[in-house]
Amino acid sequence: MRIVTVRRISQFFFFTMFLWFCLVTTIGEEWWQLRGWPVNLFLQLDPLVAIGTALTTHSLYWPLLWALPVIAITIILGRFFCSWVCPFGSMHHFVGFLAFRKKGPPEKVKANRYRKGQCLKYFVLIFFLVIAALPLAKGPGLQIGLLDPISLMSRSVNLVLLPVIDSLTDIISVSARFYEGAGLILAVFLAAVFLNLLIPRFYCRFICPLGALFGIIGRFAIWRIGKKKVGCPDCKQCEKACQGGCTPSGKIRISECVLCFNCLQDCPHETIGYQTRSSLAGEITNPDITRRGFLLSAVSGFFVLPALRLGNALGSNFYYRLIRPPGALPEDEFLKRCIKCGQCMRICPTNVIQPGGLQPGFENLWTPVLNMRIGSSGCQLNCTACGYICPTSAIRPISLSEKLGLDEFAQAGPVKMGTAFVDRSRCLPWAIDKPCIVCQENCPVSPKAIYTRTSFGTVRDGILTIKKADTDIIETIENQLLLEQFATGDYYCLLEDGQRRKIETNTENAIVVSPAGLFEKIPVEGEKIEIQVRLQRPYVDIQRCIGCGVCEHECPVSGRRAIRVSAEGETRSRHKSISPKGQYLQE
Amino acid sequence: MTEDERNNITRRDFIRRTAKAGVSLAVAGGASYLLYDSAGPKAVSMGEVIEKLPDFSIPHREGQVISIVKGADRVDTVNRAIDLLGGIERFVKPGEKVLIKPNVAFASPPILGATANPQLVAEVVRLCYRRAKAGQVIVTDNPINDPESCFRLSGIGKSASQAGAKILLPKDSYFRTVSLVGGRLIKNWPVFAAPLEKVDKLIGIAPVKDHHRSGASMAMKNWYGLLGGRRNIFHQDINTIIAELAIMVKATLVILDGTQVMITNGPTGGAASDLQRKNTLIASCNDVAADAYGCSLLNLTVADLPYLDKARKGGAGTTDFESLKPIFASIS
Repeated sequence: MRIVTVRRISQFFFFTMFLWFCLVTTIGEEWWQLRGWPVNLFLQLDPLVAIGTALTTHSLYWPLLWALPVIAITIILGRFFCSWVCPFGSMHHFVGFLAFRKKGPPEKVKANRYRKGQCLKYFVLIFFLVIAALPLAKGPGLQIGLLDPISLMSRSVNLVLLPVIDSLTDIISVSARFYEGAGLILAVFLAAVFLNLLIPRFYCRFICPLGALFGIIGRFAIWRIGKKKVGCPDCKQCEKACQGGCTPSGKIRISECVLCFNCLQDCPHETIGYQTRSSLAGEITNPDITRRGFLLSAVSGFFVLPALRLGNALGSNFYYRLIRPPGALPEDEFLKRCIKCGQCMRICPTNVIQPGGLQPGFENLWTPVLNMRIGSSGCQLNCTACGYICPTSAIRPISLSEKLGLDEFAQAGPVKMGTAFVDRSRCLPWAIDKPCIVCQENCPVSPKAIYTRTSFGTVRDGILTIKKADTDIIETIENQLLLEQFATGDYYCLLEDGQRRKIETNTENAIVVSPAGLFEKIPVEGEKIEIQVRLQRPYVDIQRCIGCGVCEHECPVSGRRAIRVSAEGETRSRHKSISPKGQYLQE
Repeated sequence: MTEDERNNITRRDFIRRTAKAGVSLAVAGGASYLLYDSAGPKAVSMGEVIEKLPDFSIPHREGQVISIVKGADRVDTVNRAIDLLGGIERFVKPGEKVLIKPNVAFASPPILGATANPQLVAEVVRLCYRRAKAGQVIVTDNPINDPESCFRLSGIGKSASQAGAKILLPKDSYFRTVSLVGGRLIKNWPVFAAPLEKVDKLIGIAPVKDHHRSGASMAMKNWYGLLGGRRNIFHQDINTIIAELAIMVKATLVILDGTQVMITNGPTGGAASDLQRKNTLIASCNDVAADAYGCSLLNLTVADLPYLDKARKGGAGTTDFESLKPIFASIS
């Protein structure tokens, strides 16, 4: 079999595998659901994730060791990953092929020539690596996830493509999945795809920081593409379908070559080989990194993160609506690890984990944030899926015992994501005299973190004058009551002598009290009665509240909720505590 | 080609072009005619509104309306309780489609008792299939928490499907707009009604639970799961909504499970200490009667739960369960 055919099979295999892993990132027991499929494989194979997190955290989280074989093979064979494994690359490869298939050979050769601008990707890489290595007070940040091809594609498939298919077909998940700001994710994805219409594999050649990394570490490759014999008539057939734009017809640029082997197949004179010796036509091994470009990218990397942090979102100006998933590391540590891949957002059974926006700052973009108004529930009490799937442990894989504060974690208490606060200006029993306490009912912890105090309030225009009375009925002079207005079981009448009785029902001008509580002393004509509503008003016990947001999700005040989770009190950061005892703080 | 020739067209070309123009005009005109809307959009359209759900109740049989069985094992007690009412064959005929509506409100494990017991649900499914020869048994609910998680964590999804039932998770298309006749709250409200249209019998299965707002969550409150939309707004008038639900839903049979009663921290519970063993299971042809007895397991009386009296007044059943000559039994 020809090597190009083998490459195509490999591309198809890994591309399908990638999509399959995205698809099975669904909680459930069916064979096509999670069940132990290695759904993080591509992110773990990605050396940029490994190197990026190693730079920020000075450690290599064990599942990321999978990147080592990829690095090793790249050192020996060159950029094999780009043309053989990378699903993003395969997609560009295919789209580029479609876009240029009707073009004549001269145009194809022209499209696949080397361009000076291909050095841009090295500067992108340097920019992000400098950010990841900065010795800042709060530590560096990891932003490679913005452009890392595996993160980008995972995010696009997880948060846009699959949910769109889902909303049209209803097959993959039972209820539709929602993701805030999916449009921007789609825009980036589509831009990357459409750029192939200008130049095939545009993203790979000009932007991809992972490709740049491979270009740098693959330049000493033992085997490489090159001229193996003389007699090349310079027909340029080899550049018709060259994927890297690496000039195989002349001095080949080793760091640009993505090992597609098209040149080897297309050369009618069989002058090109994959070999250990250098190309007879000469070769350029080093990436085209100019000193000026290097300095510019390094310096901008050096400045941009400190500049982004001038808002002090990691300090006193933290964004209080930034609720991270349970087990998320303290914010500075979290930002050293999150690659914005969207795995947690896809696995979350309640769809509450959402791609973050720009609100606390640019660093937050597409990182996981809980939005209680979206999805099917707040954070589910008996679930720790996000921590188990997180490929970089930005969200720690915590056990259910740790999350709930059971067994050996009883002393530490449950993991708090924040604290719920009642907004008394919107809460029905507080603001508009209506009974409710849906939040209390749905609070999943035991004992409930939401408790109530009962109060009686005189309703509007609720002072009436008695015309006639018996042990169970009062006729009033006023006759403007709405029929059964006070018949809900929540209304009481208060007599001047202090007797308070539950109202069973009412007519326009009469109040009937419940048979279980008749008047002991029959009120007399001319006395006043007050109609009162019994309200159970909610309060939050901040020691018990875990910030799961179920209350916020269920609150019937459906716009800006009357109970909302705020980041104060979250376990992961000491400085947001409002409890002097610090009972739930973690060292 | 001369200038003249270039500026002129042949007769054939002219006819062709005229034909194309004619067709285009016809399409534009025809489409305008077909789509023409002289009135403009109406204010708000509710679509089709239905006024009641199918009546699943079975003919009254004196002295066989409600049974109360004491015992620790739900499989034993539910079998006995249903037998005392005449056996499952009385409720489900061969080949019939049965819908079971357990309380699957929360994504909570069965040991915490916040949801219907999975073994109990499975046993009722088995009874329908094995003894009553039901054609199909469907188990469904529209839970509060994430539906899939609720069915999985409560154990009901697995146990019921192992017993042969089809699990139906709520979808938007299953809801119908309902305006209950005489209802005050259920007006133009989405109700989980589509599954009910396709079945012959309806069985409710609910645990007895403490409920801070209404006092108790039992067989009647279980029908809250049939409401769609942002149904939480009805908590402002909790007694009326529960009563209206009991009026709207006419079930074949309800099973009220007081084997382990959630006496505090309801309706979610969350700790084993919220439960108390009461070893009581009630089977009833009427949910109001079942709840009227069931509230005693929470040390409440009928007067403590205004929704019972409201439902009675609405004609949903009697709160005087003694008048129904309840059958008591005990399994040691």
